[in-house]
Amino acid sequence: MIINYIPILLVIAAAAGFAGLVVYSSTLFGPQSPNKEKLSTYESGMKPVGTTKERVSVKYYLVAMFFIIFDLEVVFVYPWAVQFKKLYNQYGISVFISMLIFLVVLELGYLYVYKKGGFKWD
Amino acid sequence: MNLEIILFILFSVIAAASAVIMITRANPIISALFLVLNFACLAGLYLLLNAQFIAVTQIIVYAGAIMVLFLFVIMLLRPEHDLTLQKKSKIKFMAAAAGIFVFAQLVYIIFFFSPNASQKTSVQSSINSGTIEQIGTAIFTKYVIPFEAAGYLLLAAAIGALVLAKKKFE
Repeated sequence: MIINYIPILLVIAAAAGFAGLVVYSSTLFGPQSPNKEKLSTYESGMKPVGTTKERVSVKYYLVAMFFIIFDLEVVFVYPWAVQFKKLYNQYGISVFISMLIFLVVLELGYLYVYKKGGFKWD
Repeated sequence: MNLEIILFILFSVIAAASAVIMITRANPIISALFLVLNFACLAGLYLLLNAQFIAVTQIIVYAGAIMVLFLFVIMLLRPEHDLTLQKKSKIKFMAAAAGIFVFAQLVYIIFFFSPNASQKTSVQSSINSGTIEQIGTAIFTKYVIPFEAAGYLLLAAAIGALVLAKKKFE
């Protein structure tokens, strides 16, 4: 039933409320006396140069790809963690071993990427 | 009206509206952020269908990881080149044809299609199969070999990403 997800809704509401409070508290509580100089773009005291839409480096893309791969790895762990006790009582150690093989295979990939310098910023 | 129907209408209206807003924005970053809202509403719809694991995966993988990748791709592109909406009439015609086809299919399924007896029982059992307990049991008993194969697939993806994206090795 959808009513069982009320705690999750409360967590989301608390997170969104806290984020909103942090962002808007400075405009809410801070004194405001704007003028033209204050509202202009600030760039280390210099006159601002160039565009605001800079292209980011392609190196971020590699980080994002590894993030997806290891994110998907973790997604498989959630159902295993929820059902582990029940399956362990039913099937024994093989439930643990099957997850261990999965994780070792992926950690080998992690080690390979690490040793090849995939996380290095050069 | 009970709570499920109210939430279903709310999530579907926001999902449809955010999808329309997404494809009509000129700034691709705003499009991507509306896609995040769309994914969040889809997660709510999955939750209403009792598919809690898919709902959480939708948030973690799609709204989290995939959108990070999308935003990086958008920011990698030359910003002055992607500020024009697609105006080619041929592509518009193809897109309209595909949209009408999918819409007709949905209308047929919702209003004219009547499932036979075996399909009705499979619907009944699939309502319960979306919970994380059912999925965990299925993955680690019946589908343990495909699960390990998925591990090797992710390993291949990690190595492939490294080889393709990093030309210069140590």
